[in-house]
Amino acid sequence: MTITRHLPRFGLRGLQRFNNVSGYTVLMVLSALFMIPLYWMFSTALKSPQQTFAIPPEWVPAPAQWDNFAKVFDEVPFGRFYLNTFFLVFANIAGHLVSVTLVAYGFARLRFPGRNVLFLVMLSTLMIPYQVTLVPRFIMFSKLGMINSYWPLILPAFTGSPFLIFLVRQYMMSIPFDLDEAAYIDGASRFAVFWRIILPLARPALMLVVVFTFIDVWNDFLQPLIYLNDPDMFTVSLGLSFFQGARETNWNLLMAGSVLAMIPPLILFFFAQKQLIGGISVEGLKG
Amino acid sequence: MSALARRLPRAWTQLSPSERREALAGYLFISPWIIGFLVFFLGPILASFALSFTRWNIVGTPQWVGLDNYERIFTQDPFFRKAVTVTLKYAAFYLPLEVIFGILIAVVLNQKLRGIGVFRTMYYMPYIVPKVASSLVWVWVLNPRYGLLNTMLGWLGVNGPSWLSDPDWVLPSIIMMSLWGVGGSAVIYLAGLQNIPNQLYEAASVDGANRLQKFVRITLPMLSPTIFFQLVLGLIGTFQTFTPAFIAAGRSGGPLQSGLFYMLYIYNRSFESMRMGYGSALAWILTVFIMIITLLVFRSSKYWVYYEAERKRTK
Repeated sequence: MTITRHLPRFGLRGLQRFNNVSGYTVLMVLSALFMIPLYWMFSTALKSPQQTFAIPPEWVPAPAQWDNFAKVFDEVPFGRFYLNTFFLVFANIAGHLVSVTLVAYGFARLRFPGRNVLFLVMLSTLMIPYQVTLVPRFIMFSKLGMINSYWPLILPAFTGSPFLIFLVRQYMMSIPFDLDEAAYIDGASRFAVFWRIILPLARPALMLVVVFTFIDVWNDFLQPLIYLNDPDMFTVSLGLSFFQGARETNWNLLMAGSVLAMIPPLILFFFAQKQLIGGISVEGLKG
Repeated sequence: MSALARRLPRAWTQLSPSERREALAGYLFISPWIIGFLVFFLGPILASFALSFTRWNIVGTPQWVGLDNYERIFTQDPFFRKAVTVTLKYAAFYLPLEVIFGILIAVVLNQKLRGIGVFRTMYYMPYIVPKVASSLVWVWVLNPRYGLLNTMLGWLGVNGPSWLSDPDWVLPSIIMMSLWGVGGSAVIYLAGLQNIPNQLYEAASVDGANRLQKFVRITLPMLSPTIFFQLVLGLIGTFQTFTPAFIAAGRSGGPLQSGLFYMLYIYNRSFESMRMGYGSALAWILTVFIMIITLLVFRSSKYWVYYEAERKRTK
């Protein structure tokens, strides 16, 4: 409010306008910084090889090579990568939905000796970097003959993820316990209470599980890199990185591939923006 | 676990039959996690510890070498020193920048302006792009001859460096790439900002505080739990940085290994040269290091993190 004192001629409305204009200016400059690389990716994706290496660069490629996107599918089995990644995403979502809800329910609504200790143990596993388990897990899966299969990328999902269990458990804690009591009096079993009462009420938290799992699995690079050797089994991220290695100079096609790789998470983001931002504030509560 | 074992039998005998049934159901419900904990966490961690004292290329039998791996890592391995330096340098520059930019952008996004949601979406978008794709985009943006950044620097009459091919510029390039995704943490700071009660600012206005004073005296302390949380996550994340280094610097770490992040080095030793024992030792060193750092950050938190709830409890 000191500004009002220094600039009395503006008046309150003038000050408001001044604030708005400066606010929008900052917002615009920042959005340019964030968006220009994305624009560069998209415009390169529409260029011919000559246009790609033009100096000075063409900002709006004319003519736009829309068939670059089709070419990506011809040059590398991108359709296959897409299907593979979607399969992994859905398998992991299924695994998480089953395991995370069961475990979260156990921690949130049932009493048993050692519950708090076990819960603390679970939380502390979040603090241990996954690198320590990477090598022995690899050895375990290779001794089981599961290298170059999807099992190493799917099986762990069916044992839950500590972070998601924590999220869902916090949500389930907020559901009134009277509901369970009433159902037990009516003779419902524990599983019926879980299935008929808690799960439907925990739907917003389950949406978060779906969204987080989707993004994690879609973007994962290290695990597919370690476990998959057969190009027919590659995920989008892994395929893209091999595309880079094989054809270093085809930047237009590489950018077209990158655009294709970001479309599914982007679509998900637009549909789930509310849950994501809400979920992030839940995540923020942890501190 | 020993505390659990001591308490379990006594507690168990004190339970009534219906409480016992509930407890059994409880163990059954959490059993997926218990299995996962044993098979995918505790087992591998113990195995990794044992492996770190062996030499083993996965075929054949592991050969016990005692502390040999650790000794070699600390005394004879120039790549280990390089990887530690690179990762620490990255953390030292990237983490403070992430906190500063994250908060500044959150403050900008916290204005009550029409269409602010569109801007929030735009800032968040780079964070959604898969890491491989965003790294590729930046490799192309940073292309010394045809790239966007050097073109734009050229307009200003600046002769841009050759970024990812110049050992001095590899790390700054990767820091810049990571900062592009700062919208992810900005949104978390934004949630933190919106949780600050408005009365605090009103009371400060009444007392004649200016914007800067309000920011330093109200916003930062109220935001400190979020900063703390982000810092802990950021620290752990930094030491796990892999994809940008792999794509931008290359799998061997780029020119003069200037982009040899610790995780990349673990990957190289374990999965490219298939030295499982050596890789496990590297991973264990990292783990101990992260645990010490995290512990220090937690210990320090009482000096600078403000918890509203704690204050209420002591009242």
